[in-house]
Amino acid sequence: MLITFPSHSCWITAEDSSPSLFSTGNTHPTVTMANPFTRVMSGRNTALMLASVGAGALASGYMFTESSSAAAAERRRLYPPSADFPDLRKHNNCMASALTPKMYAHLRDMVTPNNWTLDQCIQTGVDNPGHPFIKTVGMVAGDEESYEVFAELFDPVIKDRHNGYDPRTMKHPTDLDASKLTSGMFDERYVLSSRVRTGRSIRGLSLPPACSRSERREVERVTVNALSGLKGDLAGRYYSLGEMTEREQQQLIDEHFLFDKPVSPLLTSAGMARDWPDARGIWHNNAKNFLIWINEEDHTRIISMEKGGNMKSVFERFCRGLKEVEHLIQERGWEFMWNERLGYILTCPSNLGTGLRAGVHIRLPMLCKDPRFKKILENLRLQKRGTGGVDTAATGDTVDISNLDRLGRSEVRCSVKRQRRAHESTERIDKSTGLGCDKLCPLLVFNLSSALK
Amino acid sequence: MSDKVDDAAKCMSKLTLTVNRRCVDDEYPDLSKHHNHMAKVLTKDMYARLRERVTSSGFTIDNVIQTGVDNPGHPFIMTVGCVAGDEETYEVFKELLDPVIEDRHGGYKPTDKHKTDINSDNLQGGDDLDPAYVLSSRVRTGRSIRGFTLPPHCSRGERRAIEKMSSEALDSLSGDLKGKYYALKDMTEEEQQQLIDDHFLFDKPVSPLLLASGMGRDWPDARGIWHNNNKTFLVWVNEEDHLRVISMQKGGNMKEVFARFCTGLTKIEDLFKQHGHQFMWNEHLGYVLTCPSNLGTGLRAGVHVKLPNMSKNPQFEDVLKRLRLQKRGTGGVDTAAVGGVFDISNADRLGFSEVELVQMVVDGIKLLVDMEKRLEKGQAIDDLIPEQK
Repeated sequence: MLITFPSHSCWITAEDSSPSLFSTGNTHPTVTMANPFTRVMSGRNTALMLASVGAGALASGYMFTESSSAAAAERRRLYPPSADFPDLRKHNNCMASALTPKMYAHLRDMVTPNNWTLDQCIQTGVDNPGHPFIKTVGMVAGDEESYEVFAELFDPVIKDRHNGYDPRTMKHPTDLDASKLTSGMFDERYVLSSRVRTGRSIRGLSLPPACSRSERREVERVTVNALSGLKGDLAGRYYSLGEMTEREQQQLIDEHFLFDKPVSPLLTSAGMARDWPDARGIWHNNAKNFLIWINEEDHTRIISMEKGGNMKSVFERFCRGLKEVEHLIQERGWEFMWNERLGYILTCPSNLGTGLRAGVHIRLPMLCKDPRFKKILENLRLQKRGTGGVDTAATGDTVDISNLDRLGRSEVRCSVKRQRRAHESTERIDKSTGLGCDKLCPLLVFNLSSALK
Repeated sequence: MSDKVDDAAKCMSKLTLTVNRRCVDDEYPDLSKHHNHMAKVLTKDMYARLRERVTSSGFTIDNVIQTGVDNPGHPFIMTVGCVAGDEETYEVFKELLDPVIEDRHGGYKPTDKHKTDINSDNLQGGDDLDPAYVLSSRVRTGRSIRGFTLPPHCSRGERRAIEKMSSEALDSLSGDLKGKYYALKDMTEEEQQQLIDDHFLFDKPVSPLLLASGMGRDWPDARGIWHNNNKTFLVWVNEEDHLRVISMQKGGNMKEVFARFCTGLTKIEDLFKQHGHQFMWNEHLGYVLTCPSNLGTGLRAGVHVKLPNMSKNPQFEDVLKRLRLQKRGTGGVDTAAVGGVFDISNADRLGFSEVELVQMVVDGIKLLVDMEKRLEKGQAIDDLIPEQK
């Protein structure tokens, strides 16, 4: 039998059962421990496994036909891993760079306890070759165990994406103590708004690419129940995507809170848009500066934001809110997916660790045009995006600047400090191009005020 | 034998108990805003029964219905909302698919038998549709190769095997069917442009109806187009079905188009048989394809026809219905008509043979053109209105 497991996957054991059930030699079936949220086993690999168990001739009403064990053996003979190895010659993503035929042969027939396979992890990377200039990740996790079962591929991808971070040997520091943040107040003539976001996954439930409807609904229930326990400035309410009124929808659009069904093929190929809009929704506090997305690209996305440049306040609320939510779910027997090697576990390997993107919408009219801008950002470990988010263009001279890193650095370290430096360097650069700051300011004020008209 | 069944039953129930399952209420999809055949039929109880089942290649009820759950549809256009992942799907999930088929195919019962007739000699007329009105004629169908899973479910290895077998079979065609295979991922810029100009090229599906079922995976691996040198016979490999076979030409000689269609199909089938393969077919469902709407003949015979006056006539829709025909824009399904030119084809697929369907198109188009000519002259068409076929 081709289903095997790495030696450290101790969660996979056979239930006690009569020897006749598992008598086919070196078979190790993927029967899981009683996990209350294991969904019904399905998929090609289950069929293969159960068929080989010798269920043989069954009356109707049972799952398998007479021919299934023979069919399974024939399929394995006809399609060795080499027949299924994807053609990645025109691809430019981290998965395509890391996946070798040998690796694929080891991993193809493995499954996680939730029956998630390698092919399912990499489907998005196979379907989306990427761009010569933009290297996407090209794979997703279906559950927490994916990062273990398919470590042979995930580890080099993580290393590639996170600047050499090696999950086998390194540890990720988590630090959500907002008091450690130095400075964090930005000049509001430049910084229009500040925002910190991250994601959290609920341990024991499959991730958006893989989850069944019932698991997704469970994520919604667990999260909404916990959020209803938030008090004070964090008290708020939940809006289910499928049930909100037209007026609520318009309000959320106007506030830029509403998320819609993903259209990016990177996301849809991974299967995270299935059953839309079932069990998706938005929660926000009454003050409208703490927002949670449920079942979009991750189980939860947590966002703290406000107009202006008070990043310290945004981060403080972020940390406080996160801790409260974690405490509330723990009270009910749940926890977030987290481990020492990878930090917080999220769907996309690019979001491991902190999953944190702290950013500002900032006007940098002079700096944006400066040819050194890109290099400056690189050195500060910052990235720019358009004001519509990832893959959008900047409107006017306003850009979205945020930290580049997610894994290997704690939340506090993550460039929140560095954004202040970016802002400072605006003034320095302007001085060095011959325009004194005193001359520049009126120019900027003029720009700003004319832009505001 | 019964001991084995008892043992197996005990094993199964142990396995079932081990895997704690969530209750149906939590798994059953919310279909309250949906308008498709699947949503009309799938009750919670039916879902509860069907989620216990799986085909031997691992296709489940959730796989079958995903496209229908993701695409609620439109009150006026009933999509099917479910697909097959393999030939067995139609058996294992018959509790859902039989009523869907009955609803979609005009009352076709689970006990009904479908007649296959691809002998073009049986077609009466069809070689004289007026080319001043009928701009082009076309017949298409699909075929699936037995023993392989279907596009929503197939692995890369299977898809490649289908491509290999198909291109080898097609390469051995001769005479006016002699042609060449163009793999989507290997074609040159020039070849691509030529195929676009010939209106042969198909691209990765964008319709969410198709993508949600998983048939766009691994694009463009193992997809391709074969056509004969005369550019009148065309085969799509691994698009929405294993094979889509198309015969077409300019003008109104549907008889010739259908003759080539039948000859080509029969030759391809023979070539597959020589290599130990056959098409998926059975007495009840005819040719088995991915979408239940294409069962039976899988045949769409149609023309591009100029009907600027007729199409503005209030009786147009009714006449089409009586003739068992449907209209589309000239870009195919879900497009609008341009310049009064419509794509008119048979509405049925199952329960009528190929010859019968093409006959309906031939007779129907003749009538529509006659009506158009009357309207051009300002004359009435009431005496030409047909009975419901």
